[in-house]
Amino acid sequence: MDFLLRPWPWYISGPLISLVLLILVYFGKTFGMSSNLRTICSIGGAGRFSDFFRFDWKAHLWNLVVVLGAMIGGFIAVTFLSDGSVIALNPETVSDLRELGFREAGKSLLPAEIYDWKSVLSFKGLTLLIVAGFLVGFGTRYAGGCTSGHAITGLSNLQLPSLVAVIGFFIGGLIMTHLILPLIFGI
Amino acid sequence: MKLLKFLLVGVFFGIVLVKSEAVSWYRIFEMFKFQSFHMYGIIGSAVFLGILFLWSIKKLKLKSIDGNAIHLPAKDKGFTRYLLGGSIFGMGWALAGACPGPMYILLGTGVFSMLIVIAAAVLGTFTYGVLKDKLPH
Repeated sequence: MDFLLRPWPWYISGPLISLVLLILVYFGKTFGMSSNLRTICSIGGAGRFSDFFRFDWKAHLWNLVVVLGAMIGGFIAVTFLSDGSVIALNPETVSDLRELGFREAGKSLLPAEIYDWKSVLSFKGLTLLIVAGFLVGFGTRYAGGCTSGHAITGLSNLQLPSLVAVIGFFIGGLIMTHLILPLIFGI
Repeated sequence: MKLLKFLLVGVFFGIVLVKSEAVSWYRIFEMFKFQSFHMYGIIGSAVFLGILFLWSIKKLKLKSIDGNAIHLPAKDKGFTRYLLGGSIFGMGWALAGACPGPMYILLGTGVFSMLIVIAAAVLGTFTYGVLKDKLPH
């Protein structure tokens, strides 16, 4: 049972993620998490502002149920399936992060410097989370998918647009990590 | 009951993503720094097997659980939207350290400040829907 509690290596996790894709396809659906954001807009009445949100959201209810399950899965994983081990980051990553002011790299899933209420309730911290979320929500719909829809499903289905989108993910991610994060957290 | 199976898929997905550490901000940072194979291994092996699965489904003409032919919709043609939208998404991904799946999963792990990110993501999607026809695609 110990292996369940330890972090799972990539060669176990990756294949299990492809299993999620396979099961959803077998259920006659597809694997795409960001579509739920559009569904939530539609349920909230966004159809009054744009055609884009005028669709039968009830047909997408199954995907919101996947989301609910994923939240429960997250709870189960940290509550019953964790041994509290530190994330085995590259020591170089840890030292790069220390230079940016992140003191506890890998000791939890998320940095307290961004997600703790103390940080969140400052102007800088709140702005950061809102901008981050907005970029994800805007970008993913503009690109027509996120990591699950493009990087996993689209690439598995050999879709050229998904390859372009994933290249985009990396252009944006590299700019943020190498150029903008040092400006936000450095000094 | 029909929805129960989707709940279970979600639970499985949530557990896998936490145990793989793919929901960790630190792992995403490390990935964009090219300092570890971990995330590339996860995505790479998922895609490798995904290609095999989808190829076999097409080759064997397998049916879905309700007896219909399995068909994955092709992505719309285009270039600008994928590169530009993808880049915007990538910036958010690297800043939040979470993409749409992990956002919900992390909320489930008890990080309630993630609600702010999710709310902002809904607002971002809404903004896209309103501006859609004015954007290059």
